[in-house]
Amino acid sequence: MGKYRDDPQALERLVEPDRVHRDVYTDPEVFQLETERLWPRTWIYVGHTSQVPQAGDYITLDVAAQPLILVRQADGSVRVLLNRCAHKGTKLVSAPAGNTGRTFRCPYHAWTYRIDGSLVQVPLKEGYEGTRLQPQGLDVIANVEVYRGFVFARLSPEGIGLKDYFGDSLSSIDNLADRSPQGELEITGGCLRYLHNCNWKMFVENLNDTMHPMIAHASSAGIAKKLWQDKPADLPKPMAIEQYAPFANDYKFFDDMGVRVYEHGHSFSGVNFSIHSSYSAITDYEEQMRSAYGEERAKKILGTVRHNTVYYPSLTIKGAIQSIRVARPLAADRTVLESWTFRLKGAPESLLQRTVMYNRLINSPMSVVGHDDLHCYRAIQEGLAAKGNEWISLHRNFDPAEADAAELTANGTSEISMRNQFRAWREFML
Amino acid sequence: MNNQDEVIRFVVREARLIDEQRFDEWYELFTDDAYYWVPVTPGQTDPLSHNSIAYEDKLLLQLRIERLRSPLAYSQKPASRCLHVLQTPEVEKSDPDKGEYLTRTAFMYTETKGDDSQRYAATARHTLVWKEGRLRIRLKRVDLLNSDAALPSIQLFL
Repeated sequence: MGKYRDDPQALERLVEPDRVHRDVYTDPEVFQLETERLWPRTWIYVGHTSQVPQAGDYITLDVAAQPLILVRQADGSVRVLLNRCAHKGTKLVSAPAGNTGRTFRCPYHAWTYRIDGSLVQVPLKEGYEGTRLQPQGLDVIANVEVYRGFVFARLSPEGIGLKDYFGDSLSSIDNLADRSPQGELEITGGCLRYLHNCNWKMFVENLNDTMHPMIAHASSAGIAKKLWQDKPADLPKPMAIEQYAPFANDYKFFDDMGVRVYEHGHSFSGVNFSIHSSYSAITDYEEQMRSAYGEERAKKILGTVRHNTVYYPSLTIKGAIQSIRVARPLAADRTVLESWTFRLKGAPESLLQRTVMYNRLINSPMSVVGHDDLHCYRAIQEGLAAKGNEWISLHRNFDPAEADAAELTANGTSEISMRNQFRAWREFML
Repeated sequence: MNNQDEVIRFVVREARLIDEQRFDEWYELFTDDAYYWVPVTPGQTDPLSHNSIAYEDKLLLQLRIERLRSPLAYSQKPASRCLHVLQTPEVEKSDPDKGEYLTRTAFMYTETKGDDSQRYAATARHTLVWKEGRLRIRLKRVDLLNSDAALPSIQLFL
């Protein structure tokens, strides 16, 4: 008998329009229910098609505790298969990435499958004659969609379609891909994997939390700013300072940035501008963009400089600097964050180097920005053990009418994106 | 003076300065164009177009050192401590005429913070140059054995 599994009202009571109960972050049963409900019922980022360019190329990952293989097919499409042999359940491939050729062969008893999941052969199959076993292929995830190279899967057989789920929030992925003069992206440069001893939602909420940078990052961005103030005025500003310093901007900057929310938990901050807006221009690139798209369209693409877009619950992207962060929850208080970088096909190498620098300055396990963020998440995880006040505040700029809008733009320091995430949480958990 | 011995002593002292948190002296070991590099992918050759756990010039090292002293560095409450346990450094290349040396040092690294403790196996490669009458670091590259694993916060210098 579960406190929440068998009592939908109790689960529903965890989320109020302007505050949430601590159990959404700390309770192992709630985490288990998220794994069974929220994650399978929503569209989860699996990977990018550029990670599997050739037939037989695969990556492996876990989504909602399901071991999955994303594999490129001979016809150029991609499939997502359950990484589980139909015989005894062995994971067929254990490497994070590779090329399997034309088949997956189980390392235990050599049951062999085509890369589309169908069964090729079972050794000495006459031994199964007259038994109940019907040798079968791998389970294929039926609901997989590719949007501009981003592969999403919905593990539940029934549910909302991808376009309805993400709606106009897909404009951030468009902006990221459009920033390539060829309109195409390639994941490159490896992956930074940062283990967080906190609930995954703290990270996802933080992406549009603009009341924290000037506080939590005062010791990193603040010192970056100060170090540069002491240098001679004619020195060119290093890219690292350009990237760190805006984290120390004031409340007004972040409030004016704006935030937009969409149905089903998605949002982005940086409607009007962002911390990425004042990076030095890369002249050749802008010229390339103008010749690829024309003056007006190029200006529009490069003028869209969003901060973080949340594709609830798994994917967060920075279109303006072509990087993404992916939340892979392991337990109520344990999450792996993966940070990936993209090459904009046809664009100068310096753009890749810019995002690679940003990624290691901000998203690495050695990042001085990341250290203070994680410190705060962990401090919440521990602080929530306190009895008395069991509620977490999401009140900032709360308007009871906001729940009725499918899309809404608000001041940048509003906590509307968090309330919006929890509306989606309740929608898919009940 | 035996150059080889001096190079080895230098590498050992470099780790000790970190462990004793004598960061100003440590910082002065580096040349102005030096980098401190912790690759993420085993065998990684490119620090610019490929992600790294750290790739820091002297400005960024200075930022890190000043931050560690800042009362606003919340993740440093309580403060971290670390210890390098080194295998004897090997001088892999040596060009006494140019005053250039490359060393390889296997080490175990422990970093603690309150009740938390992390341990790593790693290899340090120092590119050292003789400059202005003393040895200095042009590049310190640290390859964690598990650099591609999901790692928690590493807050001091490997």
